[in-house]
Parts: sequence; C-alpha cells; structure tokens
Amino acid sequence: MKQVTGRPTALTDKPFHYCPGCTHGIIHRLVAEALEEDNLRGKAIGIASVGCSVFAYDYFNCDMQQAAHGRAPAVATGIKRAWPDSFVFTYQGDGDLASIGIAETIHAASRGENITVIFVNNSVYGMTGGQMAPTTLVGQKSTTTPSGRDATLHGYPLPVCEMLQVLPGVAYLARVSVSSPAKIRAAKRAIKRAFAAQLRGIGFGLVEILSSCPTNWHLDPVKALEFVDNQMAAQFPLQVFRDFE
Amino acid sequence: MAQSIGEQSMGLMKGNEAIAEAAIRAGCRAYFGYPITPQNEIPEYMAKHLPKVGGVFLQAESELAAINMVYGAGGAGVHVMTSSSSPGISLKQEGLSYIACAEVPCVVVNMMRSGPGLGGILPAQGDYFQATKGGGHGDYHLLVLAPSTIQEAVDLTYEAFDLARRYRNPVMILGDGLLGQMMESVTLPQPKAPLPKPPWATTGCGDGEPRVINSLYIQGDVMEERTKRIFAKYAKMKQNEIRFENYKTDGAKIILAAYGSTARIAKTAVDKARTRGIKVGLFRPISLYPFPYDELSEVATEAKAVLTVEMSMGQMVEDVRLAVEGRCPVRFYGRSGGIVPTPQEILQQIQAIWSHIA
Ligand SMILES: Cc1ncc(C[n+]2csc(CCOP(=O)(O)OP(=O)(O)O)c2C)c(N)n1
Ligand code: SF4
Repeated sequence: MKQVTGRPTALTDKPFHYCPGCTHGIIHRLVAEALEEDNLRGKAIGIASVGCSVFAYDYFNCDMQQAAHGRAPAVATGIKRAWPDSFVFTYQGDGDLASIGIAETIHAASRGENITVIFVNNSVYGMTGGQMAPTTLVGQKSTTTPSGRDATLHGYPLPVCEMLQVLPGVAYLARVSVSSPAKIRAAKRAIKRAFAAQLRGIGFGLVEILSSCPTNWHLDPVKALEFVDNQMAAQFPLQVFRDFE
Repeated sequence: MAQSIGEQSMGLMKGNEAIAEAAIRAGCRAYFGYPITPQNEIPEYMAKHLPKVGGVFLQAESELAAINMVYGAGGAGVHVMTSSSSPGISLKQEGLSYIACAEVPCVVVNMMRSGPGLGGILPAQGDYFQATKGGGHGDYHLLVLAPSTIQEAVDLTYEAFDLARRYRNPVMILGDGLLGQMMESVTLPQPKAPLPKPPWATTGCGDGEPRVINSLYIQGDVMEERTKRIFAKYAKMKQNEIRFENYKTDGAKIILAAYGSTARIAKTAVDKARTRGIKVGLFRPISLYPFPYDELSEVATEAKAVLTVEMSMGQMVEDVRLAVEGRCPVRFYGRSGGIVPTPQEILQQIQAIWSHIA
C-alpha cells in the first residue's frame, strides 16, 4: 500500500493540547508541511509566544526558543541577526502580537527583518479565558466585554495587515483563513510565499490567519468556522497585501 | 573572524568606551540597546567598531525589545551584550528573569543614574537592590560585578563573557554615570576569539536533536527542579566568584564599606583619616552578587564600627548588616539624587565615629 500522507517531519509526535475544533492545530500542520517541503527544518529556529500556542516548542520538530508575551519578533531579530543564514519564524496570537507586542511587530516589519511571522488571529485571548483582544469585533462578547465590544468604550478592532502594508520593509503580507479545504490550501501557499521572502532575504513576511476559538466563543466547531467566514472575514478581509516577483 | 581594532594596549579612555572595547576584545559579537544617558558612548562605540569584527550592532525600538534580542542571540550561542542606565534597566527586568530561567548567557551593563522615576542623569547607586536581589519576578540572581576604576571595568567586562557562558547566567557590570563618563589611562587586554557555539544553542538542529530554550515549566515539581538547578549554579558562584578588596583594614577600628565610584572617594577619606591617626580601612565588595559576607565578617571582627557609604538612601548597607551580624554598630552615610559624596563629608563621618570609640 502506498502512503499518501502522514505526519510532517517538522512536527513531533506529541499530541496537541488544543481544544476540539480549534484551528491552531491545522495551522501548526501547515507551517510544518511548509518547513518540510522547503527542506527548512534543519536550519529553522521557531519562536513560541505566550498564548494557547505557548507549547509550540513541544510540537515543532526543530530548534525552538520560547519568548515572553509579545516579544517574539525581538527574539527572532536577535537570532536572525546573529545567524543570517538560519531560518527564523515566530508563531503568535493576536493578544501577543497586536496588543502587548505591537511595537515589536511594527519595528521588526519596519526594519525589514528577514523573519516570518505566523499571526493567529482568533479575536480573543484564548489562553486566559476569552478576554477582549485588540482584534475583538465590535459587538462581540468576551469575558471583559460582557455586553459586547463597544467602540466608544473599547475602541475598534486593530487591522494589523492594513497597518503594516504601508511599511517598505515588508516583503510579503497576507491574510488567510483555514475555514475550508480550499482556504487551507491558500493559507499554505501564503505561508510558503512568506517563507520564500525570507529565503530570498528581501524583508519581513507575515501571514495573518483567521482562526477559531470554539471554547471562548461558546460555539460548536462548525458554527465557529461560520463565525470566521461571516463575521471575522467581514472585518478582516482575506487578501494578499504585499507580494514580490 | 577578523581581529578587533588594533593592538594598542595603553590609552586614555572614557569608561563607557573602554567597556565597549573590552567587550569586543572579549569576543562580544552582538550588541542590542536603546539610547539613554549616561551610557550612550557604549552603543555609539559598538555601532562604529562591532561591524569591523563581523559583529552585529542594532539599535532596538526599546529596552524591552533590546533585552529580548539579547535573549534570542544569546540563546543562539553568540557572545551578546546590552547596556543601559537605571530607567532602561527597569524595562529589561522581565527579559532578565526569562533569560536567567532559560539559562542564556549574556552581559548587561548598568551605568546607574539617579532615581526613582525619570530621576536625573547624575551618577547614583540606587539600583543595588534591583541588581543583586533578582530585579525581575521569580527566584533568580544575576552575577553582579561592580568596578571602581576604568581599568577594573575593562578587566571585569573582559571576563564577564566567559563567566556568563560558564554559568549560563546573565552577568551585570554595575557602574554609575561617574565611571561611564570619566577618562583614565587603561591597558586593554588582547583580543580573543569568541568561544565556539555551545551544543545547546538554537542555530538550527540539522539532522540532530532539536534544542529548546525555554523558561516555562507548568508542573510544580518540574519548575522546582529547574529553580534548584539554577540555585546550584549560584552556590558554585559563591565558591568561585566572590571578589573584594581590603584597603588598610589591618588593625582598623573603623571599617568603611563602599563599592564602585563611592569606594574611590572612600579610599581618599581613609587616607585623610589615617594622616590624622584614625585607624580606619575600607572593605570594597567587587562581586555584589554573590556578596562577600564572610570576608567582610572577618575584617569586621576586630572593628568597633562599620560605616557604609553609598550614593543611595541605603541599600548595600542591608547586606553589610547581614555580614556583620550585630558584632558592632553599622552606620550609614549616603547621598542621593545624583549628589556625589566628597572625601571631606566622609571624613567627618569617620571623625564623628572615632570620637566615640577612641
Ligand atoms: C506579561 C504577561 N502578561 C500577561 C500574561 C497572561 N497571558 C497569557 S496568554 C495571554 C493572552 C494570549 O492571547 P493570544 O495572543 O490572543 O493567544 P491565544 O491564546 O488566543 O492563542 C495573556 C494575556 C502573560 N503570560 N505575560
Ligand atoms: S481556548 Fe480557543 S484558541 Fe485556545 S486551544 Fe481552545 S479553542 Fe484554541
């Protein structure tokens, strides 16, 4: 019998701890497949951030450093500057990247750091129990916006890609989702493009991936994916913001 | 890698620049920092000279980012350094806690200025607690070395990278604005090549076992093991890294205790007092963590009083009291706000104590 698929070599065999229906797992797999297909595992250093994906260092089968909340792009910068021939990626949630770590994100992008940022936007703080994130939609309920996010009180969702697209240091920038097989394939193409930008040494690459959090949204997995498609994608349109020849 | 800038072994150098050059000669190949007075000559020197030896200089967007770049580069096995002054060092505390737990070597220079708050840019020693007691959250320490001359700053900086690598722990050079800004004649050590990449460094695992640099241990027993492992290193430091200087302490009835710039001034005060027949000496801790408790205790055995002098409201004096263990009174004299005590002021303190005990 011919084996047509299996676990990517860039993933360890540790079982994921993610909730049922959470799309962090799909995204891990896509990153791992891209690492394997581009033969990057051996020279890759991944940066795990603080959030539900904090244990990413247990799952990616390559050298890993775990970073403080929000600081992954700075840690990645330190490694990449020290060893420019290595391949460096971060894996960060929206609280990590867009709230506490927004300065590190913007400046790494602005410097055109040759790193790849995998940005998982699930519109809440998953790990700490569903509090408001910078990306929470107006009207969306969270544990710290029990009546829904009120723009006059809590401000508006932060459009990270739209903000970063003006920076000349950015080589590749896209927003994708993993809510259907077709979208998953598109997401993988985007990740591989961002990887290619780093391999060519042409600047900062970021892929924002709209992701589900059934647990904190209090939705079943299917309804959670519908929320991604209908509500989140309306606020955060799927788009390639920056590409290269 | 190319050699450092030439072979000159003598020269008049500003403290900050001498430290930067000593770091390069010690094999430092990456520097990340953010401007703050009174240590700006360190990043400026690094910006100019580090690239010449194939090193990396990067001005970070904040001290927070800088210390996390240090964590990244240090974790990837490079001799790495950052420097700042008090308010900036506060911002690095989160990172230092992670770095200590993750056992990443690095060198941090703090050229202290007055505080709290934005304080002022004049020299001070108000960061002693922060430097020696941990500084950030959790159970950890930095190895803290406090030079009192530029030559000593050069020598300690030169050694700091090896110490950081040996203990896989951050080493702090704790100076102050005075040390950073003044000029003295120094002998610079020979440039040495950086140590080879250690096996634990995250530089890409190739076909080997992946390496993880981490400070998260969610199970209590595992985290306790980790903490014990770190503290076993501190026990080793206590055996091997205690440094201090005794100055005219033989037969002294009054022992001054002072470190860094203040110790220089205290030395002058000791000399002045000695010409007046006062039996006084100076004990100068060089390693502030680990603190030379036993060594101070020994010189204090015969003393009638100890006088701690600091550019603070009284921080090291607590360790001095722990060392003296009540065998004689421990007095304190301090200036703060960036005011540097004069030898005359210290002499007056000595004379006042002498008039009671003589
Ligand atoms: C300095 C600091 N502040 C707060 C926390 C607590 N904390 C842990 S995870 C998290 C939010 C993570 O949310 P996000 O980045 O959106 O990732 P998700 O869990 O949703 O995947 C917070 C605030 C922390 N670990 N460190
Ligand atoms: S809390 Fe949300 S983001 Fe975290 S694992 Fe569960 S579903 Fe995923």
